[in-house]
Amino acid sequence: MSTVDPDAPPIPSIDVPGGALTPLADAQLNVELDTGDMILNLGPQHPATHGTLRLVVRLDGERVVSAEPVIGYMHRGYEKLTEFRTYPQVTTLVNRIDWLSSFANEVPFVGAAEELMGIEAPPRAQYIRTILTELSRISNIYLFLGEMALQLGALTPAFYGFRDRELVLNLIEAVTGGRFHPNFNRIGGLKDDLPWGWIADTKQVMKKILDGCDDFEDLVVGNEIFQARTKSVGIIPGPLGASYGVSGANLRASGVDWDLRRDGKPYLVYPELEFKVWTHPDGDSFARYWVRLQETREACLLVLQMLERLPSGPVMAKVPRIIKVPEGEAWVETENPLGQMGYYVISKGATGPFRTKIRSASFSNVSILPWLLQGVYVPDVITVLASLYFILGDIDR
Amino acid sequence: MADETEATDAPAAETAAAVDAPAGPAPDPLVADVLARLEAELGDSIVESAECFGDAVVRVRPDAWRRAAEVAKDTLACDFLSFISAIDWMPAPKEGGDDASGDTSSPVQPTETTYGVAGSNGRFQVFAHVESTSKHWGITFKTDVDESDPHARSWVTVYPGADWHERECWEMFGIAFDDHPNLRHLYLPSLFEGHPLRKDFPLLARVVKPWPGLVDVEAMPGEEGDAEGGGE
Repeated sequence: MSTVDPDAPPIPSIDVPGGALTPLADAQLNVELDTGDMILNLGPQHPATHGTLRLVVRLDGERVVSAEPVIGYMHRGYEKLTEFRTYPQVTTLVNRIDWLSSFANEVPFVGAAEELMGIEAPPRAQYIRTILTELSRISNIYLFLGEMALQLGALTPAFYGFRDRELVLNLIEAVTGGRFHPNFNRIGGLKDDLPWGWIADTKQVMKKILDGCDDFEDLVVGNEIFQARTKSVGIIPGPLGASYGVSGANLRASGVDWDLRRDGKPYLVYPELEFKVWTHPDGDSFARYWVRLQETREACLLVLQMLERLPSGPVMAKVPRIIKVPEGEAWVETENPLGQMGYYVISKGATGPFRTKIRSASFSNVSILPWLLQGVYVPDVITVLASLYFILGDIDR
Repeated sequence: MADETEATDAPAAETAAAVDAPAGPAPDPLVADVLARLEAELGDSIVESAECFGDAVVRVRPDAWRRAAEVAKDTLACDFLSFISAIDWMPAPKEGGDDASGDTSSPVQPTETTYGVAGSNGRFQVFAHVESTSKHWGITFKTDVDESDPHARSWVTVYPGADWHERECWEMFGIAFDDHPNLRHLYLPSLFEGHPLRKDFPLLARVVKPWPGLVDVEAMPGEEGDAEGGGE
């Protein structure tokens, strides 16, 4: 914080019991006269952080001079671990990257393995995969819709968010057996088909979620306090965001009309579906909330659309009993709830990958924080953090 | 359910045949266009280029690494930085040498060194992926890195997001990035020694304690002693 000026005359040592004060201690004495910056340490353990993100913020009064995120408290070394696992075992690992939408994490990895092997999952499996991906998108973003309001001091929306997310988790559990870590994708298809009565249940839940979105629109988006706290706070210009690698709803809220489901290499059944990609020109925290709210609605409509078109047939393609992936490289990316998720898989023809580069969305989304937090006020730090919406496992991998 | 297990019962010969099959479909006109435009700009700085499942993979000379980023961003509208990382092509040494039983739980990789798409000159390669939010194409760049003094030019001035990716790459692979403003540890503690993602860095959890699965070994399907008599 305060350093000793080399040109200053030496401070005479004071006689104190125990000997003279060291120069370091002198420096400590001068701190009280210093009106310089204050360093505020947020985290790594704090109720308002989701996970163990630590933020060291240098403050000048109420304003942030600079901010430095400190990450790695939860680094689990998945890129290394994939080199010691077989392909089917790796899906268990990638489940735990973004743990709020685990199913969506499996899809690009399994997709990369299938691309290298030249296998394609049957149409029914592709449809069910897409449905479950959209359901995990809803369960993921729905939590955000409640939680961001919570971080700004509104308690009620959080209960709404958790209550209705439970319905979606129940649906995922009914199909996969797991609420958070389904591990349901297989190379070449899915473990199982849908259970009886699931389609009717899902239609009902989707209607409830759509109603819930209306509630959020009234309660949160229409709330004057919420608008005052979020509008023009934490503005990300579109081109700068892209060069930082910010993706997903964070980038679309900055007016960049880019969604891998529509614009990327065709994956799953998205090319057959009709949906709108929502963007917002403002790029502030409010826009990021608004875009995510619209995306939740769109995801519900997508699920309803797919349930109408669901083809019949098997859910598993013909695959060898031992999965050996031919030599080669594949890059598969998908539009996940948090943004662009991709795996660069390098295979040398063995039963496990030789190297996997995991591109997770939150890592790049958070890397813009030092730039974004410059000059904002302390309460707005929380707004910006909440609106960027990251999952720690997705940063630390 | 029964047909599901049978569906996975294909002979192993099928896998072997797939290895020899050429990868990828017919050349994509979009990728060919991207490659042609890159070649016009970068000229003989491109060592090798290839198409890989609808993606352009371009290997450039180390001295053109930064220039490649500038060309991608300015000429090819690749405004989005996806990732920067590295590859260690060396086969991982077997724990305890070739004679030791070692950790048999992990997949066995080939012991000879081969290089992937677009080739490599040596052990280390830096690779990066950029994309265009307006044109919707993507390019993977690779460049060779000297093994004795691994370093590459930094992309931070072109893509500010390269900051964290290069810091991660530096600590995980020990590859330095010239002109990087702030090459410090990102994930690991500042006193950490070694570069975990290098192939000669052992997975310490397995060294400290043997894999519990080793105690109760179950035969792989199709292997000798497999009760189900797989591979039939």
